[in-house]
Amino acid sequence: MAVSVRGEPVIRVAGVGKAFTLHTQGGATIEVLRDAALEVRAGECVALTGVSGAGKSTLMRMIWGNYRAETGSIRVGGVELAGAEPRAVLAVRARTLGYVSQFLRVIPRVPALEVVAEPLRALGTDPEAARARAAALLARLNIPRPLWALSPTTFSGGEQQRVNIARGFVHPFPALLLDEPTASLDGANRDTVLALIEEARDRGAAILGIFHDAAARDRVCTRAVDVGAFAPARGVPA
Amino acid sequence: MSAPILQVRGLTKRYGARIGCAEVGFDLWPGEVMGVVGESGSGKSTLLACLSGHLAPDAGSVVWRRRDGAPVETLALPERDRRALMRSDWAFVHQNPRDGLRMGVTAGGNIGERLMARGARHYGAIRAAAADWLARVEIDPGRIDEAPRAFSGGMQQRLQIARALVTAPRLVFMDEPTGGLDVSVQARLLDLLRGLVRDLGLSAIVVTHDLAVVRLLAQRLMVMKDGRVVEAGLTDQVLDDPRHAYTQLLVSSVLQV
Repeated sequence: MAVSVRGEPVIRVAGVGKAFTLHTQGGATIEVLRDAALEVRAGECVALTGVSGAGKSTLMRMIWGNYRAETGSIRVGGVELAGAEPRAVLAVRARTLGYVSQFLRVIPRVPALEVVAEPLRALGTDPEAARARAAALLARLNIPRPLWALSPTTFSGGEQQRVNIARGFVHPFPALLLDEPTASLDGANRDTVLALIEEARDRGAAILGIFHDAAARDRVCTRAVDVGAFAPARGVPA
Repeated sequence: MSAPILQVRGLTKRYGARIGCAEVGFDLWPGEVMGVVGESGSGKSTLLACLSGHLAPDAGSVVWRRRDGAPVETLALPERDRRALMRSDWAFVHQNPRDGLRMGVTAGGNIGERLMARGARHYGAIRAAAADWLARVEIDPGRIDEAPRAFSGGMQQRLQIARALVTAPRLVFMDEPTGGLDVSVQARLLDLLRGLVRDLGLSAIVVTHDLAVVRLLAQRLMVMKDGRVVEAGLTDQVLDDPRHAYTQLLVSSVLQV
């Protein structure tokens, strides 16, 4: 499953900058990141740290590809994603890169079991095998069985978060992005999620995460990258 | 998978001095669903009509890749061949089911008719295929002999989709496929369309003004304004990080629920 391209880190960000131009607000330009660089190798779990607004989520979204990199290079599994065609990004998302965002976005009536199985179905996995794997994860994440047939749009925040996590872990992605994976979870569920992260790391996944929960971060992460180092110079008022 | 299924270049349609659509170009790959959004009058329906052969553009090229891999310039096809394409490899789903169905013909007849237009003659096989497709779009096959006017709007739309997909087309054009339906019905239809697209490996071009629909249905998005494409890319990229002033306005104007 590993996609390590001889010696290249699974995730490699170099010289990446990001500015937003807000046309609906007088064309103001806000520069968020400049010359961002990081590498995540197989078997590493790297924490993105920095104060609120430093650009942690922005950097993570640029790697996922829903934010565009203005400058620089973002490579995942040896594929350049900055400026790539949609189909190239989609192929990397299907096979190589998993993402657990803070929000679950699904079609309202689709059952939780199918939502979790979907990444496997998209890869052509047999429907029954995909559902079995999804069921095992939902059980482990303590989602009551009667809920599996229901749409997660009706679930509590913590339950939705766990469905989102199950979806992110259902395929053994070589690279994983985790945005606050334990944010709305209580003790036992938090522990399960951290164990899932440790198992993914130990099987050789390259993981990049944002964790406000310092104890969680210390438990699963092998090192940290401070996004504050990529702050644009603030000498001149924007 | 090595070649685009549709290659569009410089597609332009004028209505007198007014621009319908101008200089539209893109490649669509097998299995891709592309959304086209824009306000009324942005040219998205004109574009769909030009692509699907319902309207003759003034300039441009629409190259279709046949099953055998040969490229075909559809704008230069004789009428007979173009109609044959629309009956087999292409399908069109209209916003209003009445435009895509024959309301006086039974549900089974609506589906079977498209198979017969393609040469199917065996009654039992046609009826079996119709029943199978009714089930796939979640209509009770027991209603196969009812006319669509007896169906709800959502059922009519699902019947239209069954009629369109029964010939196993490779490219489906959809014009506001969930427009005019209740929100709960929309969700069901979206789920159905997504499953069919995935399981059949369909390519589709979906015109809509509903950003929530394109986010859930389309991997790629084109934003049109005044007949031109102002922004294009991955759907979540265009919606989450819009660059063009018009796209930013469009995204920021969506009411949050």
